Amino acid sequence: MTPQEFDWLRAFLKQQSGLVLTNEKQYLIESRLLPVARKAGLASLSALIAKIKEPGQSMLAATVVEAMTTNESFFFRDKTPFEHFTDTMLPKMLEARARERRLRIWCAAASTGQEPYSLAMCLKDAEAKLAGWRVEILGTDLSTDVLEKAKAGVYTQFEVQRGLPINHLLKYFTQIGDTWQINSNMRSMVQYRKLNLLENFSSLGQFDIIFCRNVLIYFDNKTKVEILERMAKMMPADGYLVLGAAETVVGLTDVFRPMTEKRGLYQVGDGTAPGLRSSSLGAVGTAAPIGASRFASFGR
Amino acid sequence: MKNCLVVDDSSVIRKVARRILEDLAFEIVEAEDGAQALDACRKEMPNAILLDWNMPVMDGLEFLAHLRREPGGEKPKVVFCTTENDVGHIAKAMRAGADEYIMKPFDREIVEAKFAEVGLI
Repeated sequence: MTPQEFDWLRAFLKQQSGLVLTNEKQYLIESRLLPVARKAGLASLSALIAKIKEPGQSMLAATVVEAMTTNESFFFRDKTPFEHFTDTMLPKMLEARARERRLRIWCAAASTGQEPYSLAMCLKDAEAKLAGWRVEILGTDLSTDVLEKAKAGVYTQFEVQRGLPINHLLKYFTQIGDTWQINSNMRSMVQYRKLNLLENFSSLGQFDIIFCRNVLIYFDNKTKVEILERMAKMMPADGYLVLGAAETVVGLTDVFRPMTEKRGLYQVGDGTAPGLRSSSLGAVGTAAPIGASRFASFGR
Repeated sequence: MKNCLVVDDSSVIRKVARRILEDLAFEIVEAEDGAQALDACRKEMPNAILLDWNMPVMDGLEFLAHLRREPGGEKPKVVFCTTENDVGHIAKAMRAGADEYIMKPFDREIVEAKFAEVGLI
């Protein structure tokens, strides 16, 4: 690949997906795009780039964008966010939403489903406290391919051994040949939708908890701020935002503030006024709700 | 320094496991079967045991049953590491007192994840 081709690819990815291809991410190009080139019957990255410049190659262009923006994902990745979920967020929400008995969670970079399903497992583990509650998990991603995989919920033996405790494997998965599928009652707790974070996502409604981990790193600061500000508008004052271990809002925007002693956890504004904007039922009224039939119901 | 007993009849697997676990700051003792492993435990109870299932003389499951009846034998964290990858085997191992379970083939990441899971690292 020539420097000119690299520059073109960088500009193309930025424009299509907001992805900022820094020099240290250059190594990803070969590992992610060579398989795409091969699958398209092209001999090199140069040939691939020439091809997507041709008119009428939007499918191939989309494949390139998807391949470059896909993250590797583990169950219970980094562990701490899920401990925060079970020990901090969930108890707080059980109290604050005791009347509505409804909880909406958004995984903004759901990838192949490990994160939303990890949350579903946390919720299932706490099932006794959630009797009569409606909990919705929405998983979105830019890539259709990963969402198809997420929906199927089928994982290799390697994938189910990274971060997933063996007891959870026994409890929530079924073995199919050499692969493991997360059980249908878990799959039905998560709804998936294709979404580009650069686009307007306000129609998704209000969320009590947003997991947005390891996706903002692909955007430049201006875009990061813009996305964070739009997310803040979709959250009640006592809602929680979870960012990746290496990410922060500090120095970017003050619409979210980091919670002391809870690494990676953020709240809107000063976060001390639950009740003011806390009713997710009321707030979601005007937005297009996600099909009610797909809500996961507990204790029914 | 924590120590880990690596029990496998394959010297190649023992070597691979040793390399990974030494990088995780474990001191390694090796055993070729369950009987050798039991002797090693009677000499000194390890913090962790990486345990194969199918071995001559005494298999992993039988070893585990003996171990848990030994004085101090409830202490080591036992992580099975075997080609037996069906639900029946896994459930049986967990009922017998295993703490975690690795299905071969494994890599560094999996060993690290599983050892972290049971609080060894």
